Amino acid sequence: MMSDFPPGLVLVIGAFLLPIVSQNVRPILILGLPLVTLGLIWNLPDGAGGIVPMFDYQLVFVQGDTLSRLFGTVFAIMTFAGGLYALNQKRVLELFSVFLYAGCAIGVVYSGDLVTLFIFWEIMALASATVVLSVGSKVAYQVSVRYLLVHIFGGGLLLVGILLQILDTGSSSFTAMEPNTLGTILILAGFLINAAAPPLSAWLADAYPEASYSGTVFLSAFTTKTAVFVLLRGFPGAEILIFIGLFMIFYGIIYALLENDMRRILAYSIVNQVGFMVTGIGIGTEMALNGVAAHAFTHIIYKALLLMSAGSVLYMTGKRKCTDLGGLFQSMPLTAICGIVGALSISSFPLTSGFISKSMIGQAAADESMMAVWLCLLAASAGVFLHAGIKFPWFVFFQKDSGLRPSDPPWNMKLAMVFFSALCIGLGIWPEYLYAMLPYPVAYEPYTVAHVVNMLQLLLFSGFAFFLMLGWMRRTLTITLDFDWFYRRAFPKIIGTLLGAIWQIDTAIRRTFLTRLDVCRNYLIRVSEGEEDGILSRVRPASSMVLWVAVFLAAYLLLSFVGDFQN
Amino acid sequence: MSNHEHKHWLVRPNTIRLLWRYGITILVILVFADFFMEPHPYFGIDGSFGFFSWFGLVTCMAMVVFAKGLGVVLKRKDTYYDE
Repeated sequence: MMSDFPPGLVLVIGAFLLPIVSQNVRPILILGLPLVTLGLIWNLPDGAGGIVPMFDYQLVFVQGDTLSRLFGTVFAIMTFAGGLYALNQKRVLELFSVFLYAGCAIGVVYSGDLVTLFIFWEIMALASATVVLSVGSKVAYQVSVRYLLVHIFGGGLLLVGILLQILDTGSSSFTAMEPNTLGTILILAGFLINAAAPPLSAWLADAYPEASYSGTVFLSAFTTKTAVFVLLRGFPGAEILIFIGLFMIFYGIIYALLENDMRRILAYSIVNQVGFMVTGIGIGTEMALNGVAAHAFTHIIYKALLLMSAGSVLYMTGKRKCTDLGGLFQSMPLTAICGIVGALSISSFPLTSGFISKSMIGQAAADESMMAVWLCLLAASAGVFLHAGIKFPWFVFFQKDSGLRPSDPPWNMKLAMVFFSALCIGLGIWPEYLYAMLPYPVAYEPYTVAHVVNMLQLLLFSGFAFFLMLGWMRRTLTITLDFDWFYRRAFPKIIGTLLGAIWQIDTAIRRTFLTRLDVCRNYLIRVSEGEEDGILSRVRPASSMVLWVAVFLAAYLLLSFVGDFQN
Repeated sequence: MSNHEHKHWLVRPNTIRLLWRYGITILVILVFADFFMEPHPYFGIDGSFGFFSWFGLVTCMAMVVFAKGLGVVLKRKDTYYDE
């Protein structure tokens, strides 16, 4: 039955085929399999299928509805465009892991129960760490280990949460919950770690920029957005998410403003954008949830586009620091234009995809009369233009002339960027197609005169602020300390000092003990040397030992008989 | 002179001066567009004249200043973790 076949499985099987097929067949698989997946997703009826019994529970591998179709669709499109972009990636390990990663992300959005979800969730963590690891450098190894540690910790919280939840409710089904029991709180925490929520947000900006030019494009799409998906399904309207989301929004902006590495700027801005979504989930009305779903869809596309643009610069120049770049628009016009389209979309400029999705979340806050939240979201929208919308294109493609004159990247990378640019603008001009795919009916018109003018006022004055304060934003060869300082610097230092102290005490104790032992031994030797019958110089025949063994065995036998009689 | 000729037209000082001029004209037009619009505020303050303009400018400047301040405390050389 087709409704029993998990659509993500196509990519998972494909992942294992990629390393063994010949180089001529590989591109066909890379481009074909995501399209097959997309076809499966769109022909899949709503409802449960692919049920595998496990002990007293059922693993539901296919649980389709509007929301899973929306996320499945954008994941498949992302895999297709990312695959096109990565066609000249020579490391097969990376291609293998991104396909496994994408397949499991689709697996998560079609999971009908918490156990299935957990299985895909954990494979995703391993596969995404392998994407970073596949670069093969020492830095990539260290980063992927740190990345894996955070995600295994999150996975551990999730697993304990799921087990407690099953114990509490007797059911493993994945439905809307409230964070009011230990089980659900741990599940929420596990989800939030993958969404890069505080305090463990630093893993994202630490790991993603260390992947290859193509690997980062995939990484930006799946982990955080599956987290948004499970939060949407599991915790709609959980009020705490509003505060967590707002924190993430401003954390992303401030850290991106301080950053010098172009791909790390974009990584911080992922946290910022996911913050918008988490806030929307916290607001929890139909308008807000629609806005979150739409924003996740558009965000995957424009963020991948931005990272493709940055990846092209890295691919052609080998450089990633703003201090080394600048003036590239002259020789990489297409990369610059596509980067600018992505930058305008993330800033939700009218006629781009961000405009028709993000504004729904703000509208939801206004509808609920949440003035403080609304003002924060508005300031944040201006801040997005500041940190990603202008900062990224300005420092990479304009600012000073770095003297670098690389050409645009190979055709497949250009095609992938043009495809996603077209989607960004297409979704912005014809939002009705996306709105028709959202979980609730949409009664929202983004293109009113007031909305367009107000947005332009906000954004252009934000741009004005950027150029007024350009002197304050001069790039420096610096990083900004984050929470990861605790586990990269403080904890190792504390543990190192502690172990040093323990080792010293341990040495002292051993030394004293050995000296005492020596004293005792010398005493015994002295005693036994004096007379022939000393304790240590007696001779015992082997037969006496055998006798004693026999005695013990007999006693053992006897006792066990006694024990049997008692039973 | 010849140096100017070699520069891409977009980065010549004349173009940049023009861009500033056009940019500021657009900003002024946008602020005054509020005269012609029927305000329909959700909260009150968002209906006041030029609200979105000054709010965008002020909050962005505040964020840059805040980031600068935080940078004083938290910025390190980018080789910090390599040592």
